[in-house]
Amino acid sequence: MPTKPILTVKDLNVVFPDNNGGLHVLENISFEVCPRDFICFLGPSGSGKTTLLRVLAGLLNPSSGNVHFIRHQQPKIGMVFQQANLMPWRTVMDNIKLPLELEGVSDAKAKVKAQEMIELVGLRGFEDSWPRDLSGGMAQRVGIARALIHDPDLLLLDEPFGSLDAITRERMWTELSRIWQAKQKTVIMVTHSINESLFLADRVLVLTQRPGKVKFDLGVDLPRPRKDDIRYTPHFGKLARKLRETIE
Amino acid sequence: MTMKPSFTRWLGLISILLGIIAWDLIVRVSGLPKFILPSPMDVWTRLLKSLADGSLLLHTGYTLIEIILGLFFGVCFATVIGYLLAKSRSLEKIVSPYLVASQAIPIVAVAPLLILWFGSGIASKVLICSLIVFFPVLVNTVVGVRAVQPVLYDLMNSVRATRWQILFNLELPASLPVLLGGLRIGATLSVIGAIVGELVDAKNGLGFLLKVGDFQYDTSMVFVAVFMLVSLALCLYGVVTLLERRFLKWQNRLDV
Ligand SMILES: Nc1ncnc2c1ncn2[C@@H]1O[C@H](COP(=O)(O)OP(=O)(O)OP(=O)(O)O)[C@@H](O)[C@H]1O
Ligand SMILES: [Mg+2]
Repeated sequence: MPTKPILTVKDLNVVFPDNNGGLHVLENISFEVCPRDFICFLGPSGSGKTTLLRVLAGLLNPSSGNVHFIRHQQPKIGMVFQQANLMPWRTVMDNIKLPLELEGVSDAKAKVKAQEMIELVGLRGFEDSWPRDLSGGMAQRVGIARALIHDPDLLLLDEPFGSLDAITRERMWTELSRIWQAKQKTVIMVTHSINESLFLADRVLVLTQRPGKVKFDLGVDLPRPRKDDIRYTPHFGKLARKLRETIE
Repeated sequence: MTMKPSFTRWLGLISILLGIIAWDLIVRVSGLPKFILPSPMDVWTRLLKSLADGSLLLHTGYTLIEIILGLFFGVCFATVIGYLLAKSRSLEKIVSPYLVASQAIPIVAVAPLLILWFGSGIASKVLICSLIVFFPVLVNTVVGVRAVQPVLYDLMNSVRATRWQILFNLELPASLPVLLGGLRIGATLSVIGAIVGELVDAKNGLGFLLKVGDFQYDTSMVFVAVFMLVSLALCLYGVVTLLERRFLKWQNRLDV
C-alpha cells in the first residue's frame, strides 16, 4: 500500500557564488520521502550533504528546483549538526530545553521533558555541566537530545555519531532505531558509514562527488527491529557490498 | 595552592604601603614646600576636613552622577547603533566615515564647544562622557555580534526562532564577553570624560574641586580630588568585574 510522500524534492540545484562562475554543489537532486521513512544519504566529503540538509530545513534557498512538504508548508524540524553546536553559556539542561523555551512551554514542563531526554541519551548527572566540560561524544548526545525534545515531525541528522566511540555509536543506533519506531518520526540522515546507513535506514541514497547527484538508490529490506547481530547476516553483507561498489 | 590567592592579596596591600612610605620619604628628604608636594599626612588631614564639611561628598556625588548618566546613555546608544551596524554592511559604509572622523577629534578639543552649546551644567558633562564612552563600546558591539557562529543561527532558525528570540537567546549572550570588555574600557574612559568637562567649566564636581585647589595653591586638596577620581574609576572597574563573574561563569577563566 503506497503512502503519499510528505516531502517531495524536485530537480534541486544549489550553486554558491564564487569568482569563477559559481560552485555547483548539488545537481538535479530529486527524491520523495514517505511518512515514517528513515532515509540515509551516503556520500564523500564535500558532496553537499550538509548543504542538502540546510535546504530541507529551510535555512538555505536552493538556486533552482523545489522542496515541497504536504500538510504544512514547513514541518517542525529537529536538527542534529555535524559539530555538537551547543551554546557555551547554557548548561546541558538549558541547552536541551532551548527548543521548548522558544515554543513558550512553561519552564517546569520543559525541565521534566529535558530530564527525560537526558536519561535517554545517558547523561544523568551532567545536567548542570557546562559544554566546555563535556567530551565530544557527550556534547553530541546533548545535541541529539535537543533535536528530539520538541517532538519534531522531521529529524535531520548530519553525521550525528561521527564523534562517538564505536560502542556508544552502536548503542545510539539502537536507541535511534527505537525512538524512530516508537515515535513514528520521519528521519533524514547523512553519514559516511555504510554499516550505519544499513543498520538504520529503509533507503540509502548515494551521492556523487561534487556536484552531488543521486547516483544510487538502495531499498534496505532488512527485517525490523534490527539487532546488533544483523550486521553479520549474509543479506546485510550483500547490501553492504552493493553500496561499497557504488562509492568509489 | 590554597595559600596563593590570600598571599597575592597581601602583596597588593604591601605594595601600596611601600608606595606611601616612599612618598613620605621623598617629601622629608627633598624638603619641598607643602603647596608643591604635600606629605601623605597633609593629604589625609585635608581629606578628613573636606569630608567633615561635606564638600567632598557633594562634589564626588556630582561627578558620579555625571559618570553614571554618561555611561548609561553612551552604552545604550553604542550598543543599539553597534548592533545595527553589525547587521547591515551598507549602513556601516554610510556611517563609518563619520565615526572614524569623530574619533580623530580629541574630546578635549570639542569639550569647550559642547559646553558653549549645552551650558556649564550637568547636561554638557553627561554628553562629553557619553561621547567618550560611545566609540569603544560601539566597536566591541560590532565585533561581538559579528563573531556569533553561523551554525548557531542555523540552530535557531531550524526551530523557527523569531528575531527577538535570536537577539535575546543567541546574539546577546554570545557577544556578552566582548560587550563587557567594551564596558570595562568605557567605564574608565567615562571618568576622564566627566573630568575633562568639569575642568573646562563647572561649578560642581571633582574637576571643579581640582581646579579650585590648584588655583588656591591648596595642593593637598588637588591630591584628595585625584585620589577620589582614582577610587571612582576603580569602583566602576570592580562593578564590571562583578558583572563578568556573574554572567560569564561559563567561560574558562584563567585566573582564580
Ligand atoms: N555557505 C556556503 N558558501 C559557499 N560555499 C559553501 C557554503 N556551504 C558549503 N559550501 C561549499 O559546498 C561544498 C559542499 O559542502 P557541504 O558542507 O555540503 O559538504 P558535505 O557533504 O557536508 O561534506 P562533509 O562530509 O565534509 O561534511 C563544499 O565545497 C563547501 O565549501
Ligand atoms: Mg557536512
